[in-house]
Amino acid sequence: MLDLSAINAAYGNVQVLRGLSLTAKPGEVTCVMGRNGAGKTTMLRAIMGQVPVTAGSITLNGQPLHSLPAHEVPRHGIGYVPQGRRLFGELTVAQNIQIGLMTRQKGAKTRDAVLSLFPRLRERLSQRASTLSGGEQQMLAIARALCLEPSVLLLDEPTEGLQPSMITLIRDTLLTLKSTGVATILVEQRVDAVLSMADHIAFVTHGTVAETLQNTNLSSATPQFQKYVGV
Amino acid sequence: MTRAIALHLAVLALLFAAQFILPPYHHTNIARIMVLAVFAMGYNIAFGYTGLLSLGHALFFATGLYATGLGIELWGLPAAPALVLGLLAGGAIAAATGVLALRTGGVSFMIVTLMFAQAGYLTILYFGSYTRGDEGFVIARAARSLGPLDLSSDTPRYFAALILFALGLLANLALVRSRLGRAMVAMRENEERSRMLGYNPFKVKLTALVISGLYAGAAGAAYGVLFGYVGASFAAIQYSIMPLLYVLLGGAGTTLGPFLGALLMFYLIDLSSGVTTAHLFVVGAALLVLVLFAPKGILGWLRDRGAKWLP
Repeated sequence: MLDLSAINAAYGNVQVLRGLSLTAKPGEVTCVMGRNGAGKTTMLRAIMGQVPVTAGSITLNGQPLHSLPAHEVPRHGIGYVPQGRRLFGELTVAQNIQIGLMTRQKGAKTRDAVLSLFPRLRERLSQRASTLSGGEQQMLAIARALCLEPSVLLLDEPTEGLQPSMITLIRDTLLTLKSTGVATILVEQRVDAVLSMADHIAFVTHGTVAETLQNTNLSSATPQFQKYVGV
Repeated sequence: MTRAIALHLAVLALLFAAQFILPPYHHTNIARIMVLAVFAMGYNIAFGYTGLLSLGHALFFATGLYATGLGIELWGLPAAPALVLGLLAGGAIAAATGVLALRTGGVSFMIVTLMFAQAGYLTILYFGSYTRGDEGFVIARAARSLGPLDLSSDTPRYFAALILFALGLLANLALVRSRLGRAMVAMRENEERSRMLGYNPFKVKLTALVISGLYAGAAGAAYGVLFGYVGASFAAIQYSIMPLLYVLLGGAGTTLGPFLGALLMFYLIDLSSGVTTAHLFVVGAALLVLVLFAPKGILGWLRDRGAKWLP
């Protein structure tokens, strides 16, 4: 279980997260929603050690993560799919996957399991990542994160700019991962995508979680979507 | 056997045969090219594969050269241990440089490594009573032998250079196919993304720089023993720029690029200097054409046009 307890984080003098608390449990999808600048991406970056946590704690199964250097965090089994994919564009699909596998010294078994989730990538192994379509790049970004065999998966707006069939594919993949016990934190702006995947929805505003809802009997008409996201 | 391994073995076989085919004039040239190619291979590990643009590699080369030369001349070491000393000294100075210089990046790294190299150059001049300063010194012919092999004569020198080159090339091929090699490439492509995936950039880059220093040290040590001269000019900035040009010409991030670059550059200078005293103008023009039409170097250009299997 990943637990964020009253964390503060800042870019220089600009404080972005203010006492933010959130929990991600195995086999559950926690969606994080909020307006631009609310602190969603900063929260993910703080978990990954890319933004220093100035107060509070981040623990994975009781083990503190917030004091680790950034390169140590993925080795504890936290996969991160950043906004904009951030692939190694000049490298092939196979090489991108290989680099993901090496972090935790995973081999062919993991590679095959990951590629079975994304058969289209298997057809493009020797293709340069920068030449893939947007949807395929997103698949590769998720595949690369899954090469770590993560217990926690963080995704930052994975459906942004994708066509509906790709969104469906990504949703199905995340639901498959959920059934295997992966704890997922999904930053997402699309209400329909959130409603089809989330167990809980955390609304972030001004750097803190203002409200958390269980995803039961919610709809796009639920007032919190209008209040915190403006949709 | 893959195409890549077959190509590397074919290059080595061709170089072996060249000793029997080419006129004697070329034997010393190609021996020198092979040693300089090992230096450039080391540079390529840092620059071509890891993205570390260094202007300090003359220091690593000169350290290997002086450690071997002074080992023989001052301490009376036989050639074999002196060569090992040169190799290790190159790696050690690269480690010391890296620990400090890798705290910077990009242009700052380039400047800091240049400063280290200049400090090394000035140190050689300052301790002129040992190093004979600018003038340098000659390693006695009698000391330049490995057992019964006299490395100052053409044929043993050629094959010693070939053995060094073969070891360097095959080790390079193994390195780029290893986990470390792939981590180096990830670092070159994007350090921040690599960190996000669990790689420690400092560790990967320092390891690459030390390996690079070992190559440069080995090349410097071999240069001293095979060609018999140790001088401060090898520590000057030209010897930091030279491997960069070889790598750019042959193809950065390709295993055979440094050799191809060294071969072409050496003969371009050799041939053009026979025609005009403005031979550096010819070299400059050739580099300009290369940058305009094949910015990834010759093998990089080929790789982009179908030969994707080139390592």
